[in-house]
Formats: sequence, structure tokens, C-alpha cells
Amino acid sequence: MNDNFVIGIKKSVPVVLGYTPIGLAFGILANQQGLSIFEIFLMSFMVYAGASQFIATAMIASGVNAASIIFTVFLVNLRHMLMSASLSPYLKKVPSVVQAIISFGLTDETYAVDITYTKEHAPSASFFMGLHTVCYAAWVISTVVGGMLGNLIPDPTRWGMDYALSAMFIALLCMHIKDKRDILVAVCSAAFSLFITATVGGSWNVIIATVLAATIGVSTELWSKKLSLSSSE
Amino acid sequence: MEQKVILIIIGMSLVTYLPRMLPMVLLSKVKLPPLFLKWLQFIPVAVLSALLAPAILAPQDELSIGLDNNAFIASIPCFFVAIRTKNLFLTIVVGILAMFLLQNL
Repeated sequence: MNDNFVIGIKKSVPVVLGYTPIGLAFGILANQQGLSIFEIFLMSFMVYAGASQFIATAMIASGVNAASIIFTVFLVNLRHMLMSASLSPYLKKVPSVVQAIISFGLTDETYAVDITYTKEHAPSASFFMGLHTVCYAAWVISTVVGGMLGNLIPDPTRWGMDYALSAMFIALLCMHIKDKRDILVAVCSAAFSLFITATVGGSWNVIIATVLAATIGVSTELWSKKLSLSSSE
Repeated sequence: MEQKVILIIIGMSLVTYLPRMLPMVLLSKVKLPPLFLKWLQFIPVAVLSALLAPAILAPQDELSIGLDNNAFIASIPCFFVAIRTKNLFLTIVVGILAMFLLQNL
């Protein structure tokens, strides 16, 4: 088997650790809100997006119409465009069909691991495949198991295991911060994201905060370049 | 099984997959302007920070920086370990352990 595929599988551990309790919790909740085991399976298998699945299930249970549910999910998932775009320069040599397969498994968590690995090593489609396959399987299986067990198990998030994902984001964020400008971008993005979450709620926060903060990053870089050019004249 | 639910799931899968797939497939085919590439370079830091901040500072969608917010308290040792060691595994172990202690003591 391809080495990078195996590395991808190994790097999936933190994501799997986090997905399992959240997937179980989703299955339990979806079951309580009236989705059948098959519907839970189908949603995880075809959609594979944690936050969207929680939101959609709550909306289905309260009888919201299909178009509104689908539109809400669209808004919530728009942020993935940015992640997909940021990986694109590294995957120029990967065939479109492979890119189309890889991108199905692109989530907040797999992106965080993907981009960290890709920036430190040569880009590898096999790495993406290994990582994405295991994380996807963990999500589908844990949601279905949650749906089957229903109320038989106590709150799966009470052991703190789902915190693995926040801890992972902390570690990966620290690895990506190389200079003062990165710190500025991180602080701006956090502040925008918090502000939007607290005012309009959490579906626009990631995409707007990211676009604004990255723009601030580029602007300050251009500005300091201009300063150094004009001072050297 | 309800037909409406199946229809919703199919719709959800399309609007989830397309934003994941299109930028990667399309943008990797073209030569991007240097300024846009520079901008993309800032996406990882910005995205990670935008995802993390509400998870630890506003878990209920309201700013909460206090002793009653376990996610915030647990993030303090995590940041400390992450900055000092740059070790992913160690940071996660510290995080889960801190959260377990906070939730069960």
C-alpha cells in the first residue's frame, strides 16, 4: 500500500476521536427527532457535514419546508469554498477526477489536517484519500450506531472526548503561525468570527471572518512593502 | 420512509458537495494572480482561528469568558502546550484530560 495513504490514516486519529462522540450524539438526537436509521445513514453517507446535519434535522422535525432547509445548509457550507480554494494551488498535478473524490471528504477538521500536512510535505493525493476515508467512515458509522442505540447510552459528549477537535484546532493554529502578521490575521479573524456569532448567529461567521482577516493580512503586507520600497529610494 | 426527507437529503448533498469540489477543481486549472495566491496563503490561519474562537469563547453563541465555560478553561493549558511543544498529540491529550476533569469533578 502507498506510504502516504498509511500516513493519512494515522493522521486521522484526532479527527476520529472527535467525530465519534459527536456522531453518536447526532444519531441519538436525529432518532429522537423522528429520523429512521436508514435516513440517518443516508444523510451521513451523502451529506457528511456535522453542523449542517444537526441544523437540518432540527428543521425537519419542526416541519420547515425543503427549500428553506436546503438553502440554510448551503449557507452553512459556503465556508468550504475557501478551504477548497486554498488547497487548489497544491493540487495542480492531481487529475480532476481524483480532486472530485478528495473534495467530497473536505470538512473543517480534515481541511485543518490536510493543509498542515500539505504545507510541510510534498502534496499527496494518497494522503488525502487515507485521511478522508477513515474520517468519513468514522462519521457514518458513529451516527448510525448512535441512531440504533438511541437512549440506551448516556450523553456521549460528557467524557470530554469531543473536545479533541478544539484541542486539535489550537495545536494546528499554533503550527501555522509563523510571524507577527499571522498573529494579526488570527486575532482579527477570531474577533470577527465572535462578533458575527454573537450578533447574527453562527452560519456566516467563518466565511466572513476569514475573507476579512485574509484581506487584512494581504493589505498589511502590501503596505509594509510599499513603505520599504519608498524608504530605499 | 418519508419522501420529503429523502428529497431534502439529496438537496443537502448537492449544496454541500459543490462548494467543496468546484473551487479545487476549477482553480487548480488556471494560473492565479500572485495577489490572489498571497491572499489564499492567509486562509489557513484565518479559517482555523474563525472556527476555533466561537467554539471556545462562545460555545452557546454568546461571548463567555469565565469559570463556567469549560471549553475556555481547557483551552488555556492547550495553548500553553501547543505553543511550547508544537505537538498535536500532546495538545489533544491535555485538552481531553482537562475537559474530563472539568466535567466530572
